[in-house]
Amino acid sequence: MITVENLTKRYATKTAIEAVSFQVEQGEILGFLGPNGAGKTTTMRIITGYMPASEGTVTVDGFDVFDNPIDVRRRIGYLPENPPLYLEMTVTGYLRFVAKIKGVPKNKLEDETARVMERASITDVKDRIISKLSKGYKQRVGIAQALLNDPPVLILDEPTIGLDPKQIHEVRQLVKDLAGQHTVVLSTHILPEVEQTCHRVIIIDRGKIVAIDTPQNLRLQLQGGERVSIEVQGPGSEILSTLKAMAGVVDVQQAGDSDGRHRYLVEGELRKDIRSDLARTIVQKGWGLYELQSTTMSLEDIFLKLTTAEESETPNA
Amino acid sequence: MRNIIAIIEREMRAYFNSPIAYVVLTIFVFLSGFFFRLYLAQVMQMGLMSQMQAQQFGPRPMDMPGMISRGFLSTLSVILLFLMPMLTMGLFSEEKKRGTIELLLTAPLTDLQVVLGKFLAAGAFFVLLLVSTFVPMAALYLYSSPASGPIFTAYLGLLLYGLSIVAIGLFISTLTENQIIAAVLSFGMIMVLWLVDAMANYADSPTSKGVLSYLSILSHLDDFMKGVLSTSNIVFYVSLMLVGLFLTYRSIDSLRWRG
Repeated sequence: MITVENLTKRYATKTAIEAVSFQVEQGEILGFLGPNGAGKTTTMRIITGYMPASEGTVTVDGFDVFDNPIDVRRRIGYLPENPPLYLEMTVTGYLRFVAKIKGVPKNKLEDETARVMERASITDVKDRIISKLSKGYKQRVGIAQALLNDPPVLILDEPTIGLDPKQIHEVRQLVKDLAGQHTVVLSTHILPEVEQTCHRVIIIDRGKIVAIDTPQNLRLQLQGGERVSIEVQGPGSEILSTLKAMAGVVDVQQAGDSDGRHRYLVEGELRKDIRSDLARTIVQKGWGLYELQSTTMSLEDIFLKLTTAEESETPNA
Repeated sequence: MRNIIAIIEREMRAYFNSPIAYVVLTIFVFLSGFFFRLYLAQVMQMGLMSQMQAQQFGPRPMDMPGMISRGFLSTLSVILLFLMPMLTMGLFSEEKKRGTIELLLTAPLTDLQVVLGKFLAAGAFFVLLLVSTFVPMAALYLYSSPASGPIFTAYLGLLLYGLSIVAIGLFISTLTENQIIAAVLSFGMIMVLWLVDAMANYADSPTSKGVLSYLSILSHLDDFMKGVLSTSNIVFYVSLMLVGLFLTYRSIDSLRWRG
């Protein structure tokens, strides 16, 4: 549905994004993850046709953003980082205006604005002045605006920012419901959001893509294998050497001793569960196994690992 | 076309939802009424004097309603000079400040439609101001019979003059996020175009003198006020307007590139 190829955006003094390429399939939810200033907003602005790229191409539903901007924009509903609201208007008045410039036919204005207000649960404030609404409601008016004219592609820049936990949950649910009929690209710097809502994740840092995958695969890929924490009673040095010699074990680290029991962090090979082997070996040796626990890295760890690894490679950046 | 109308409609709502429309309308109606009253009194006094002179030297024809309307309509151009920047200052600067520009520039609209919508909205409000002066002019028609030709050309001149000022203000409002700065810059810009006439008097060479006096935004109104329609004056205002619109259009394009 969306194809981004080799996208680069240079400003006078800095490069916002560099050689970014990815594809988004029909009906997919793609999460854009990265620290502030990583280039998420710039990428989205280029896809929506708000700004042109310095290099590279973007096509949406077969239309090139640069050559056929109007055709592309007709297919995209966009929620910018700051919801673009005319504060002095009522919710209905505002949505009617947006519907008109998006080309909703006159006889469908009423139905279409009612539909998106229902969808974003803002029907109860439809006659209020936007400036008087709470931040959560303003955000949802912004989402409603993006849904007008039922565009096949939705680009949402930080859709849950400034919302309370209940509203965040509602917005995520809304985004999930939209998938299937709509292709959604959303950006966030909140990790659980990506894990909960997105089919695929792009991690972007300092204008470059660091990883693209499903949240599950990313975790597997970056975990460097299963990690198991164990507590064993027995001769310390022998335990260590035995564990290290085991098949499938990549690394063993000592994690402290207490009352003659030793704690180890055992890292296994990629996608290999070493827990039962570990237990069998320890029991066969006649040592006491007090605890065995597998620890998985959260996406947060992966994210930090990815973006900080990058940093150590380019200390002058 | 429907897109342009939607933008005009929204701008008009924005004018009337904020104090701007009421303040500008009130001040304009008050000042124009004040000056109409002033010219009326002046011309009537002159009429009285010429009547007394007529008893001594014989009657001399005097176009009293024409003098009133000419004085009144010329003064409007000065009042407009001060008030028009208020109408154009927020057109793009507010959109930039609030981020709504992102909505307009990602909607299925061409930049030209956005520019024309904004221009016509401010233009429509300006026409509303002009229409408000029909009230004193109607009084003139009620109690005398002025020649309609010069009045018609004067209004045409004011319309062209006002629209070209709107185009300049529109361009300037794309340059900043601050309405006050946009207003002051527009005012300064129009003031310069107004004062080049005076600078022309100090010019050394006849060429620069000619250029400077041609650039004066007010001198081109004189012929319209006298009832003379000349192509060169029309061309002047129309080209000033087109330059303003073109610069606005380019400025939006550059806004996109700079992000």
